[in-house]
Amino acid sequence: MKKITKATYLKWYEDMLFWRKFEDKLAQVYIQQKVRGFLHLYNGQEAILAGALHAMDTDKDRMITAYRNHVQPIGLGVDPKRVMAELYGKGTGTSQGLGGSMHIFSKEHRFYGGHGIVGGQIPLGAGLAFADKYFKRDAVTLTFMGDGATRQGSLHETLTMAVNWNLPVVFCVENNGYAMGTSVARTARSTDIYKLGNGYEMPCAPVDAMDPEKVAEALDEAIARARKGEGPTFLELKTYRYRGHSMSDAQHYRTKDEVAEYQKIDPITKVRNILIDKKYATEDDIKKIDKRVKDKVKECEEFAEESAFPEKNVMYDVVYEQEDYPFLPHKL
Amino acid sequence: MKTIQFREAVQQAMSEEMRKDESIYLMGEEVAEYNGAYKASKGMLDEFGPDRVIDTPISELGFSGIGIGSAMNGNRPIIEFMTFNFSLVGIDQIINNAAKIRQMSGGQFNCPIVFRGPTASAGQLGATHSQAFESWYANCPGLKVIVPSNPYDAKGLLKSAIRDDDPVIFMESEQMYGDKGEVPEEEYVIEIGKADIKREGTDVTIVSFGKIIKEAYKAADELEKEGISAEVIDLRTIRPMDHATIIESVKKTNRLVILEEAWPFGNISTEITYQVQEQAFDFLDAPIIKINTADTPAPYSPVLLKEWLPNSEDVVKAVKKVMYK
Ligand SMILES: Cc1ncc(C[n+]2csc(CCOP(=O)(O)OP(=O)(O)O)c2C)c(N)n1
Ligand SMILES: [Mg+2]
Repeated sequence: MKKITKATYLKWYEDMLFWRKFEDKLAQVYIQQKVRGFLHLYNGQEAILAGALHAMDTDKDRMITAYRNHVQPIGLGVDPKRVMAELYGKGTGTSQGLGGSMHIFSKEHRFYGGHGIVGGQIPLGAGLAFADKYFKRDAVTLTFMGDGATRQGSLHETLTMAVNWNLPVVFCVENNGYAMGTSVARTARSTDIYKLGNGYEMPCAPVDAMDPEKVAEALDEAIARARKGEGPTFLELKTYRYRGHSMSDAQHYRTKDEVAEYQKIDPITKVRNILIDKKYATEDDIKKIDKRVKDKVKECEEFAEESAFPEKNVMYDVVYEQEDYPFLPHKL
Repeated sequence: MKTIQFREAVQQAMSEEMRKDESIYLMGEEVAEYNGAYKASKGMLDEFGPDRVIDTPISELGFSGIGIGSAMNGNRPIIEFMTFNFSLVGIDQIINNAAKIRQMSGGQFNCPIVFRGPTASAGQLGATHSQAFESWYANCPGLKVIVPSNPYDAKGLLKSAIRDDDPVIFMESEQMYGDKGEVPEEEYVIEIGKADIKREGTDVTIVSFGKIIKEAYKAADELEKEGISAEVIDLRTIRPMDHATIIESVKKTNRLVILEEAWPFGNISTEITYQVQEQAFDFLDAPIIKINTADTPAPYSPVLLKEWLPNSEDVVKAVKKVMYK
């Protein structure tokens, strides 16, 4: 694994804080009705992305996830301004305003979405890996899903084939305790989700995913295995989401105390404390980072605000590759 | 009469039937402890307990099939899809099992089951969450398909659907759950397969169903100001379709506009158009116009979504066109 150094921690702090503040900004502009529809925020789960990016080779590896997907493409290198603009439905957005909150994509940065149907991305992740194996490319696909998604048939069908065919894929379950209002314990007899891997004789393990180092270590091992042609791994990344499922969630299914308990082990606070304890940064340095993050979020907001809405014809232009596809007529 | 919300109409229909018939249960994601993702099963867990109001994991294929199996063995399940977009994960069970068990078994097994939940768009939810599959389900023999547009119809039709011995697809809308309307205090049911003339008129017939019918009402108001009298027919049941009510109206008005929130290729409007030209060709004074969404997946951006969806202006324009005005 790439060594975890002072620079890693500094990067982790700035990245994770930016993702957190980016999501907070989205919540704020959602209330102002500038962003509409569903809005699923990543707050609390940042250590997963930070650790994963450290373990990946971001020049060739791939990532796919569900609808809680605003910050992963940013981590992979997509301009956050364009992600913000997508949520505003602007033409400068990552999908020209067609995808919206749940459907962020970046071919350039090997981010394959952004998927709104629970479990729908799981076979796609294995399929990306299938193509890499087929063409003998040296790339690994990280396929993320929620705890709730592990109850979909798509996972079980995909695991069967992925292990049988030694596909270079890592299945990463982000177990944040809940699928909407349903706790893990209410969906299955066994709450140790990682053990599902055993049924497929797939290497599997639980990971403390409030700590980016632990995530990086676990993923590094899994990615190395996939790269060597030894097939998939199934990881349960134990995490927590601080905010509601989407924006209209009264959260009666959990207590404020429970949320507070997890905030005590907040991954960003943890990284910040390490920066100070190991003298990687002074309070002053951190203030500078905080300021940079704040300014960057502001820039994203301004960019999204100022961008124009898409032209009406893009609605048609991007449906088919065929340029003169004969759509049925619409308005009189 | 009592004024209630659409979601309460749904809840009342289910609860009233469940009180009378122990074989009925409600199953789906977030239906019990959360009281329904859109609160359409509020209070039902408390009243009926966890054996009859059952939260499932996100396993649409599994719980659709479990519902069907139990219906073959004495239950009368109500299966809620959080939205019908997600029914696609379970559609194999509905099409290949629920719709065919009776026929394939030579009439031995009934499949008294209701699949219900919201259909079509509900704001800027993007392509995977804004789809209307009425025509997909209605295309399949063995199923019945109901799409009510107000609390009164929803309650009366859902009760009929639950009592029906065949599988019924019952489609609602996130954007209707808060709509209010009057329902009788006493028990009532509405017969499946009967359209309803929501507004009488003489110059043109507008056929619609589901939440988009509100755009037809708006258009009818607009047209009235210009001295055009529109008759608005609410299909209510898609399959079986009430041809007689539509044909009778067309024979009176001689003009037909159909408003349906769905992709235009081979949809319910297409079927109506075929039936009307076959059964009332000589009564038509103008070609039938159907108004649907654009022929593309639903876009997210507000400006594009507005363009994509049909609206009352489109209806007004279409009416004027069939009236050569
Ligand atoms: C097939 C399908 N069923 C239901 C839904 C509605 N839905 C959206 S998110 C969600 C919960 C998913 O929980 P989990 O997989 O744990 O992911 P998290 O939201 O916690 O990240 C549900 C039920 C959906 N989008 N797709
Ligand atoms: Mg979850």
